[in-house]
Amino acid sequence: MANLKGKLGWLLLISVGLAFPWLAGNDYYLTVMSTAYIFAIATIGLNLITGYTGQLNLAHSGFMAVGAYTVGILTVDYHFTFWAAFALSGVVAAALGFFIGLVSLRLKGHYFSIFTLCVGYIMFLVIEKWDGLTHGTVGILGIPAPEAIGSITFTTPLALYYLVFFWLVVGMWAMRRIVNSLLGRTFIAIRNGDELAESLGINLMRNKVLAFMLSVFYAGMAGGLYAGFVRFIGPSIAGVEHTFDMTMYMLVGGLGTLIGPLLGALTVPWLTQYLQFLQEYRFIVFGPILVLLVIFVPNGIVGSYLAWRTRRTDLKGKNA
Amino acid sequence: MDMFLQQVLNGLTLGGIYSLVALGLTLVYGILHVPNFAHGAFYMVGAFMSFHLMSAWGWNYWLAMTGSAATVALLAVLAERLVFHPLRHASGLHPMIAAIGVLLFLEAAAQAIWGADFQRMQTPYNSIIDLGGVTAPAQRLLIIGAAFTLMVVLHLFLKKTVMGSTIIAMAQNRDGASLVGIDANRVAMLTFAISGVLAAVAATLYAPINLVYPAMGHLVITKAFVIIILGGMGSVPGAIVGGMIIGFAESFGAYYISTDYKDIIAFMLLVVILSFRPQGLFTKGVR
Repeated sequence: MANLKGKLGWLLLISVGLAFPWLAGNDYYLTVMSTAYIFAIATIGLNLITGYTGQLNLAHSGFMAVGAYTVGILTVDYHFTFWAAFALSGVVAAALGFFIGLVSLRLKGHYFSIFTLCVGYIMFLVIEKWDGLTHGTVGILGIPAPEAIGSITFTTPLALYYLVFFWLVVGMWAMRRIVNSLLGRTFIAIRNGDELAESLGINLMRNKVLAFMLSVFYAGMAGGLYAGFVRFIGPSIAGVEHTFDMTMYMLVGGLGTLIGPLLGALTVPWLTQYLQFLQEYRFIVFGPILVLLVIFVPNGIVGSYLAWRTRRTDLKGKNA
Repeated sequence: MDMFLQQVLNGLTLGGIYSLVALGLTLVYGILHVPNFAHGAFYMVGAFMSFHLMSAWGWNYWLAMTGSAATVALLAVLAERLVFHPLRHASGLHPMIAAIGVLLFLEAAAQAIWGADFQRMQTPYNSIIDLGGVTAPAQRLLIIGAAFTLMVVLHLFLKKTVMGSTIIAMAQNRDGASLVGIDANRVAMLTFAISGVLAAVAATLYAPINLVYPAMGHLVITKAFVIIILGGMGSVPGAIVGGMIIGFAESFGAYYISTDYKDIIAFMLLVVILSFRPQGLFTKGVR
C-alpha cells in the first residue's frame, strides 16, 4: 500500500512537472518555476544535513556559490564546455565539504551552526576579494548556455525548464534511495541521539562527514545549474540570505521528510511572486511567518499531516 | 614603533566594541542556551535609532544614545516575550530558526524605514589628539573609555547587586534558581534588556567611525559569535578577553597582512582554534 502511494506520488510529481509549461502559458512563470526547481535541489540537499542529521548548516549558499563559480570560471576563463564544468560543480563542492565537514562536525549543535555561519562568510568574502580567480564584485558574465545534446538545444526557456526539471527528478530519486537505505537510517539514528548511535557501533565522524558531503554535493550541482541557467553570477549568490530562504522552505514543508523541502521550495517562491510589491522587503512578511511557523507548526506541512494521520489511525484503532 | 602603538590603539577600539556586543550575546546565551542571531539586528537598529534621533530630531549625541538604548532594550524584551519565551521548551534547531526570523524582519523593516543607502553619523568629537607621536581621533579614545567603563559597570552590577546575582544564578542552574524563588521570566526579560542596551551603545559609539546601513550587523555579530566561542559560551570574562583577542588580531592583521582580508582573520582564527580545540579556548568541557 505504502509502495503504491509512493508510486502515485511520483506519477503526480512528474506529470504536473511535465504539464506545467502548458498550465503556465508564459515564459515568465517558466523562469520562476525553473529557479524554484534549482533552489529545490539545493534545499533537498540541505535537508539531509539539517533535517535528517539535525545540524543547522548556515553555509549552504556558500557551497551553492562554489558550484556556480566552478562552472563560471571553468567555462569563461578556461573554455570548458558547460557539461564538463557542470559535472565538476558538485564534485568541487563536495571536496571542499570534506575538509570543512572534518573540522565542523566535531562541533555540536550551536557550535556547528555558528561555525558554518563563519564559513559562509569566509566563502562570500573570498569570492568578493579574490579578483584574479572570481572576477571580484563584477561577477562572471557570459557563461555559455548548456550545449545541445544531439538535436536537443537548451536555448529556450522551455528547454531549460525541462533540463532543470530533469535534474530535480534525478535529485529527488537519488535522495529517496539514500534516505531509505541503511545509510539514511544511520543518519536518522545520529540525529535522534549521537551517543546512542555511537554505542551501537556507528562511526559518527565518518557518517557525519559523508552526510555533509552528500548535502553540499546537491548545493554544488544546484549552483552549477544556476550558472548555466542565469548565465551571470556574482558574489551575492553566496549570501547567507539564500541559506535562510532554503531553511524556510524546509521548515514550511517539514524538516527531515523526503517531500517536505520540495513542497516548501516550490510553494514559497510563488508567495514571493504575489508579494512582488514588497521586493527586497519580503522579509518583513517572511520573518514573522518563520517565527509563527516555528512556534505553531514546527513540523511543517508534511510533518503535521503525518502526525494528524497517525492520530487518526490511532483513534480508529481504539474505536474498533 | 609609532605604527605599532597605532595598531594597539586600533585594537583597543575594535576590541572594546566587539566585547560589548559579545557581552550581550553571551549573557543571553547563558540564560536561554540559544545563539541569538537577532543580536546583530539589535546592533543595527541601535545605530539607526541614534542616527535618526540626531539627524531628524536634532538630539545631541549622548541623548540620542540614551534614546536608542531604551528603544533597543524594549525591542529585545519584546523579542523575548513574543518569540523566545514561547519556545523555551523547544530544543535544537527551532529557537535558532526563530532568531533568524527576527533578524530578517528587523533588517527588512530598517531598510523599509531608512532605505538601503549607507549613512554617515556625525560625532561631536571630531578633533585629533596627539599622544606623544601617536595620533588618535577623539572618537576612538571615547570608544575605548566608554567601552571599558561599561564593562566595569556591568561587572559590578552582576557581582554586587541582587538583580545581577539572579542573572548569574539562572545562567548557572535554571532549576536551582527557580527553587530558591527567582522569577525566571523577569530574569530573562532583564537579560534581554541589558543585551539590547549594550548593543545599542556599542553601535552608537562605533557608527561615527564607520557607516550606518541595514546589513551593518552581519560582520559584527558573526565576529561576536567567534568571540564567545573563543571565550566560552556564557562566560562574561571570556567575552571581554575574546573581544580583545579578535580586536587586536584584526588591527594587526590589517596592517601586517592585508586590509582586504582583515574581516576574514577572525574567522580563520576560529577555524584554526576549533580544529585543535572543538570546545573553544577557555571552555573546560563540551556543552
